[in-house]
Amino acid sequence: MAEAVSRDGSRDEPRELRVKPIKNGTVIDHIAGGQALNVLKILGISGTTDATVSVVMNVESGKLDKKDIVKVEDRELKEDEVNRIALIAPAATINIIRDYKVVEKRHVDLPGEIVSVVRCQNPNCISNTSEPIKSRMLVKAKNPVLLRCIYCEQPLTDRLAEYLI
Amino acid sequence: MFKKRHVLSMREFSREEIDSVLDLASSLEPFARGKKSDMLAGKILALLFFEPSTRTRMSFETAMKRLGGGVINLGPAEGSSISKGESLADTVRVIGGYADALVIRHPKEGSARLASEFSPVPVLNAGDGAGHHPTQTLLDLYTIKKDSRLDDLSIALVGDLKYGRTVHSLAYALSLYGADITLVSPPTLRMPEPIKSDLSSKGTRVRETCDLNEVVNNVDVLYMTRIQRERFPDPVEYKKVASSYRLTPEFLANARKNLIIMHPLPRVDEIAPAVDATSHARYFQQSFYGVPVRMALLKMLIGGGA
Repeated sequence: MAEAVSRDGSRDEPRELRVKPIKNGTVIDHIAGGQALNVLKILGISGTTDATVSVVMNVESGKLDKKDIVKVEDRELKEDEVNRIALIAPAATINIIRDYKVVEKRHVDLPGEIVSVVRCQNPNCISNTSEPIKSRMLVKAKNPVLLRCIYCEQPLTDRLAEYLI
Repeated sequence: MFKKRHVLSMREFSREEIDSVLDLASSLEPFARGKKSDMLAGKILALLFFEPSTRTRMSFETAMKRLGGGVINLGPAEGSSISKGESLADTVRVIGGYADALVIRHPKEGSARLASEFSPVPVLNAGDGAGHHPTQTLLDLYTIKKDSRLDDLSIALVGDLKYGRTVHSLAYALSLYGADITLVSPPTLRMPEPIKSDLSSKGTRVRETCDLNEVVNNVDVLYMTRIQRERFPDPVEYKKVASSYRLTPEFLANARKNLIIMHPLPRVDEIAPAVDATSHARYFQQSFYGVPVRMALLKMLIGGGA
């Protein structure tokens, strides 16, 4: 858990909390630096949410060069919700917190198909029209991520964040 | 062997499934030539062409009628529900209620798959934008099997390999048969990278060249495609490219004796009319083979299988 982070990363220095520990909820750690807002987008958490959400961006990390952390209070995110995060943050870890304790810790893993998360990059794809269908992408490879639109079969690999719905 | 409900993309076909379609097409060829049949009597095929088509639409209609079935047609879009803003999803739900199968051509990629999700009856993709045209690929394979061979084939795909959907699907299908594929195109119209890497990952030998001269004497099949004028901003450049991919009898003087020349048609300048009389020309025969192949698909989908 990276609930507390020292300014220079040293364990001997006095520790200063950038964000307080949460009592109950979900902490998403080890998000690639700069991707926290996209993670919120994937989770469907917008500026109008009622939830208490803390976002820490670009803190130093041993595992990643820089990482982001997202804390969502009083909401335990379900596995299928968080797995979609792997699209842009494959190293993310999910910590479920109850009464300040980590009761569950897991890595994200992309499912075989993702629905209504990214739109097809092909402007002439039928999924980019007003037809009553959802964007559906087959996950063909996970590292690096390779998606294939179920409708037009065009691949999507780069700049995934640009195509988030 | 053939358990499909829809025919949407060649990616969904195994080699065994392709073979079963081609075998059935072969047995149906006498009916395509006029022998009477009532195999699909009482069945109705709906043709939903949202884009112009001559060969595909008419050969589907012929295939259905030769097997004793009936055909209904979506009229010009102006007079139909489409102009009133109806979704494709609703259109196929409605027309699927009138017919036993739908054939759809639509300008948007993925439209046939969408149709298959909403249609109560089988859907055959007759071209979805720049996407797939599987029945064309199957008739191409039928032509190659009939007049050359499918296994260990040496084939050159020539012309517009960037936008031409027929060559994408054909290359993919040939990769199932261990073909040796040479891609011949001007640099601006090369086959897209993802398709090439897909072929290579399946162990297909693929090489690229701009020079048709280099390959014409060393292949079993020359598959020509039309280079469209509108792909070139400079008309001089278009003329230069178009003339370098023009087949003439002289050009074929040293070709293999059993070389066959195919083309999805319509042709413009890429095959000189004098080539028609050579033993290599197969494009009109290829066009006819669309009838038995489409008969086979219709029989498999709505006629109680093979």
